[in-house]
Amino acid sequence: MERNQMQMHRQIATIRKSLFDQGYLDEQFVQLEELQDNSNPNFVEEVVTLFYRDSARFLYNLDQALEKRPLDFSRLDSLMHQFKGSSSSIGAKKVKIECTHFRDYCNARNTEGCKRTFQHVKKEYTTLKKKLEAYFQMSRQAGPIETACRPR
Amino acid sequence: MNLGGGQVVNKQSVMPSSSGASWKSTAAGGSGGGGGGDGGVPDQFPAGLRVLVVDDDPTCLMILEKMLRNCNYEVTKCNRAEVALSFLRENKNGFDVVISDVHMPDMDGFKLLEHIGIEMDLPTILLDCRVRKAYFLMIEFTVMSADDSKSVVMKGVTHGACDYLIKPVRIEALRNIWQHVVRKRKHEWKDFEPSASADEQKPPEEPDYSSSANEGHNWKNTKRRKDEDDEGEDRDDSSSLKKPRVVWSVELHQQFVAAVNQLGIDKAVPKKILELMNVPGLTRENVASHLQKYRLYLRRLSGSQHPGGMNASFMGGPDAGYGSISSLNGLDLQALAASGQLGQLPPQSLATLQAAALGRSTNSKSPISAPVIDQRNIFSFENPKSRYTEVQSQHLTNSSSSKQMNLLPGIPTNMEPKQFVSLQHQSGQHSFGSINNQVLIQMGGQSQSQSHSHSHSHSQGQSNTNPHHGLRPPVLSSEMLTRGGVVDMATTVYNPVVSQASSLVDFSMNHKNDSSGSSYPLGGSLGIPNLASATPTPLQGDGNLDTKVPRRGIVSSYDIFNDINPSGIREWGLQDVGMTFDSAQHTMQGGSGPVLLQHNRSSEREMGGQNRNSTSGKAIFSPGVETGSHRNVGQQRNSYVAENSLRVKAEDGSSHNNTLYPEQYGDDLLAAILKQ
Repeated sequence: MERNQMQMHRQIATIRKSLFDQGYLDEQFVQLEELQDNSNPNFVEEVVTLFYRDSARFLYNLDQALEKRPLDFSRLDSLMHQFKGSSSSIGAKKVKIECTHFRDYCNARNTEGCKRTFQHVKKEYTTLKKKLEAYFQMSRQAGPIETACRPR
Repeated sequence: MNLGGGQVVNKQSVMPSSSGASWKSTAAGGSGGGGGGDGGVPDQFPAGLRVLVVDDDPTCLMILEKMLRNCNYEVTKCNRAEVALSFLRENKNGFDVVISDVHMPDMDGFKLLEHIGIEMDLPTILLDCRVRKAYFLMIEFTVMSADDSKSVVMKGVTHGACDYLIKPVRIEALRNIWQHVVRKRKHEWKDFEPSASADEQKPPEEPDYSSSANEGHNWKNTKRRKDEDDEGEDRDDSSSLKKPRVVWSVELHQQFVAAVNQLGIDKAVPKKILELMNVPGLTRENVASHLQKYRLYLRRLSGSQHPGGMNASFMGGPDAGYGSISSLNGLDLQALAASGQLGQLPPQSLATLQAAALGRSTNSKSPISAPVIDQRNIFSFENPKSRYTEVQSQHLTNSSSSKQMNLLPGIPTNMEPKQFVSLQHQSGQHSFGSINNQVLIQMGGQSQSQSHSHSHSHSQGQSNTNPHHGLRPPVLSSEMLTRGGVVDMATTVYNPVVSQASSLVDFSMNHKNDSSGSSYPLGGSLGIPNLASATPTPLQGDGNLDTKVPRRGIVSSYDIFNDINPSGIREWGLQDVGMTFDSAQHTMQGGSGPVLLQHNRSSEREMGGQNRNSTSGKAIFSPGVETGSHRNVGQQRNSYVAENSLRVKAEDGSSHNNTLYPEQYGDDLLAAILKQ
């Protein structure tokens, strides 16, 4: 049992590290982890959950806005700006990068570019969501020890 | 606003009772660094600092709340600006700091900032004998945004924000926000205390501050001072000896500056200024004390080479425009600093800030150039004209270091708006950066006035240069100039900045990186990334420099700098500015001679009296980077030591503190320069 748990923790640590190494998460995520404590033992997961729930509306609005012709670039930019801010607050690195590309295309008023990069944004957003869900699930299974000795 | 004048002054100073109480208890409990004892650790900021957080993004709100809670602050959150305003209205003394997002659906963060500045600036709000409280509210308004464009940061600064933090916010940045409060209080207390009692009480504090080596002490001292003030004020009130405190709002300060410019800094006497201003209820004493502060501010900016002369030179000519910047003692600086704080913002922001501050009055480069020249003269003994030309022609080369001279280490970057502008143009950007950082914090109370002026200058400056790009490079150059430039000039004294870029970069790196790295993600990143990039497009950071704010004034200065300092350096400059906060602290350690002096000054200041600046993290100018607030840009060294909080806070009246120290530094600089 003990060994299994340790193994799980190691596994979780590996997964976590890979998320950083592969550029899915950045330093901000670490900030969230540091905020987690005994009074908020599931803080990170709560925040991420909240993010995914709340940011869905941005993606929806962006989808809608991208359907219009001609594109309202300033609105798109504004929406994406907010979405980007939200994403960066949880450390969603790749998502943030794609958001930046999107905004660049917006500023250049490039319709195709916007639509293309928006697909990238959604893709990264969904990919990260899956990875984090798996990560949190494992963390919960492994137990609190994991958080206590979270490797950096 | 009068505290005592005709109003029932709430003896129970809000501070002491409400906010004060929390402070006191903290102090007593030793929770805060200051309160606990002499060994006050900055981290042990008085717990219970009441923060109001406004952000429409629930994710960010949740994170911020948790971060602030971890700092032992009392957090109230709301997701709508209107709600926040009603909170503030209902509890006038209920909050010490407001942190608000910029991009909100119902109300722009800047608008909210203005509302708070205006609305809370009511006599009745000043329950606390510390008039500053109202100011603090205004000033200690941290604006957060994922938009790291300089223009936005500048806007934040000019609107009276104490600090400008760029999202995502790091907890380190938030830890230092209390320093803004402290700074502001100290600043305001000094700035706005026309009554004798205040003055009497001030001196004791100074020694305390200067003696205390750490922020904790400062905090404590401030607190003690406040307590003393309260007592003193109470006594005064009862005896009606206390004069009503005048709040130097942005408009008022602009009027003041305009009057001073009109008269000429050398000839500006309180009586005449009073007549020109024609503001009912304003007394000659008010003007006199404000003028003194203003002079000190200018003096600091100019490196105290010519305490009076400098001002004159700067003020002359185009000065008219600058006045608006209203950086009385540090407000401008603060604003600048604030903008600088954003430090994360690319040099551009700093430059912008500077430009804004300086160039507020001037819409065109020319006006600025004039002051710039003057400044240069003062600083570098070089032929100002030549420099000016250089600047103008944007052929500034390192030789234009003369320009940099203006920025001079001695000059508290924020210098007068005019000076600032000129400085910016020349090297102002540099100085701005370094000095500004500190200034930002000071802006606190004055931020309001400054914000106006800043906005003016801001717009002016910005229009000239490319919104983002333009700004960036200049900023760096300014930074460089300040650092490097000064260095070059005062090679003897300062580290010769042969390779400006390199040295500057290094310098800034030291400052910025050190400070920024830790606390403010933004701040740090700016400094470092920008430096590293040392490319003409530094500060781009995320390239989010929105050209929202017309940065005419600054832009131009940036351009100049660009020419002068090929990338790299410029960025550095900017970074420094923003990082002022951090850099201030760091400056002591690093930086070339002159630069060191400056920084040292600030840092010393900070150390000594816990200058108000300390908290503001570096401004978050850094594009994209999570830079801290560059607040420091403002006045004198308001170094936001707070490492990272990009909060654009109006740097507190570090000017006060600065005044204390400027003399020392000024002389040093003067000596350094003379050696050349």
